[in-house]
Amino acid sequence: MSQADLLDQDPVFQLKGSMLAITIMELVHDDLERLDRQLTDKVAQAPAFFQNTPLVLALDKLPESQTTLDLAALMAVCRRHGLRTLAIRASRAELVAAADALDLPVLPPSGARERPIEPGGERKREPEKPAQPDVRPTRVITTPVRGGQQVYAPGGDLLVLAPVSPGAELLADGNIHVYAPLRGRALAGVKGNPAARIFCQQLAAELVSVAGQYKVADDLRRDPLWGQAVQINLSGDVLNITRL
Amino acid sequence: MAKILVVTSGKGGVGKTTSSAAIGTGLALRGHKTVIVDFDVGLRNLDLIMGCERRVVYDFVNVINGEATLTQALIKDKRLENLYVLAASQTRDKDALTQEGVGKVIDELAKTFEYVVCDSPAGIEKGAHLAMYFADEAIVVTNPEVSSVRDSDRMLGLLASKSRRAEQGLEPIKERLLLTRYNPERVTKGEMLGVEDVEEILAINLLGVIPESQAVLKASNQGVPVILDDQSDAGQAYSDAVDRLLGKEMPHRFLDVQKKGFLQRLFGGRE
Ligand SMILES: Nc1ncnc2c1ncn2[C@@H]1O[C@H](COP(=O)(O)OP(=O)(O)OP(=O)(O)O)[C@@H](O)[C@H]1O
Ligand SMILES: [Mg+2]
Repeated sequence: MSQADLLDQDPVFQLKGSMLAITIMELVHDDLERLDRQLTDKVAQAPAFFQNTPLVLALDKLPESQTTLDLAALMAVCRRHGLRTLAIRASRAELVAAADALDLPVLPPSGARERPIEPGGERKREPEKPAQPDVRPTRVITTPVRGGQQVYAPGGDLLVLAPVSPGAELLADGNIHVYAPLRGRALAGVKGNPAARIFCQQLAAELVSVAGQYKVADDLRRDPLWGQAVQINLSGDVLNITRL
Repeated sequence: MAKILVVTSGKGGVGKTTSSAAIGTGLALRGHKTVIVDFDVGLRNLDLIMGCERRVVYDFVNVINGEATLTQALIKDKRLENLYVLAASQTRDKDALTQEGVGKVIDELAKTFEYVVCDSPAGIEKGAHLAMYFADEAIVVTNPEVSSVRDSDRMLGLLASKSRRAEQGLEPIKERLLLTRYNPERVTKGEMLGVEDVEEILAINLLGVIPESQAVLKASNQGVPVILDDQSDAGQAYSDAVDRLLGKEMPHRFLDVQKKGFLQRLFGGRE
């Protein structure tokens, strides 16, 4: 079914401003072998930090004498250690040209304050600023979720304030809350978080699952809490259903 | 401003065409200029139920293809001054309808009619999608059985997400439940879902409950919309539903098993 013609005038995009927290790697030397070794050590200390981490390569602190830097090779080293280069920061003509050749954006040299970060290990931070957990806001649904519909809350919780019909599917990386009858399927912790839970006001589900451990309606109906307000959580690899 | 109503269900054979004919006729009876449009291309039968099958010259697809004007294709009802039918084509398949074409016809109808009643084909494919896409209000026809309720639920999801109103972020389509072929005796015996069960699952406003009735078959055989049989239970139930559609508060009737009276028991009552 093509709605393309009718919707031709509808805006396809919206531009939004944003302040992103981004890691900057300031290079003071162009020795790529040394960089490779040192990065290997860092990755060993904090493997979680180096997973497709967006990166700006700051080359404006490189000594004037070191002009032989191979940008593509530098990016390959970073890439190997889980750092994905978004842009470089530089003003020297040959570096700007190298970046252009790779279709890589060039940012002007920084004036803003930047503080050193220490991935993993001892984080030297001001005590009044604890680490912000990487949690996305809860997705809130206020209208019924009908058969054939699927709602996913990536990276966070899903909160549904209306009935969930048979044939509907709820998915969340975090917890799922349904303040109404849950008659469809609910899968919490779909990326494998075993601490995720499902809460519902009336358990009438076709399937519930936490981190891949599931129960189908046939099992659920035998539970004395069928039809009741319950929470469902995982202990070991057993799904527990308890009264709310 | 014209109101575009779609009579839809997902499941087939639940009473969409019967209901479109009855409701369209009921609106015209109450003085509203109304057209009933048959979207069931290839399987047209709205014209049979309206009793105008022998006067079909041009149809919906002819108008979309520019082979006839809307004025040529609209069939005026014999009984009611302000009631018209736009028949579906029997010789084309459903691909003959395009979103652009349907949109143009609906826009043009909306200029002269107060109500445009769209009789949807079964299913959730193209034909059903086009019938509901331009709607302001939906009448979801459901029989009191699990599979029909499920299909209606599915259709409600599409109404809320795949309609013009949804895609343009306008106020959502107003959804109403019409429970048809309701048989209180079978509900009591547990062979059918009760009104409350269906209402609870679908969680939408109840427009009416139409009892299972011989009058429906009789009316469609005669080509007279059942709402014109004002002695029949189904006709009266449709009448109430039209009044509710127009904003009147009406109590729901025909929900309970009728106790047969003495004479009815002797001579066998009307079904
Ligand atoms: N209240 C009723 N009591 C008895 N029979 C009914 C009732 N409503 C509809 N029917 C019968 O059910 C059958 C299907 O009705 P109808 O054609 O209106 O359904 P439909 O939903 O339009 O079907 P389709 O999906 O094929 O378009 C017809 O034979 C009709 O007479
Ligand atoms: Mg029909």
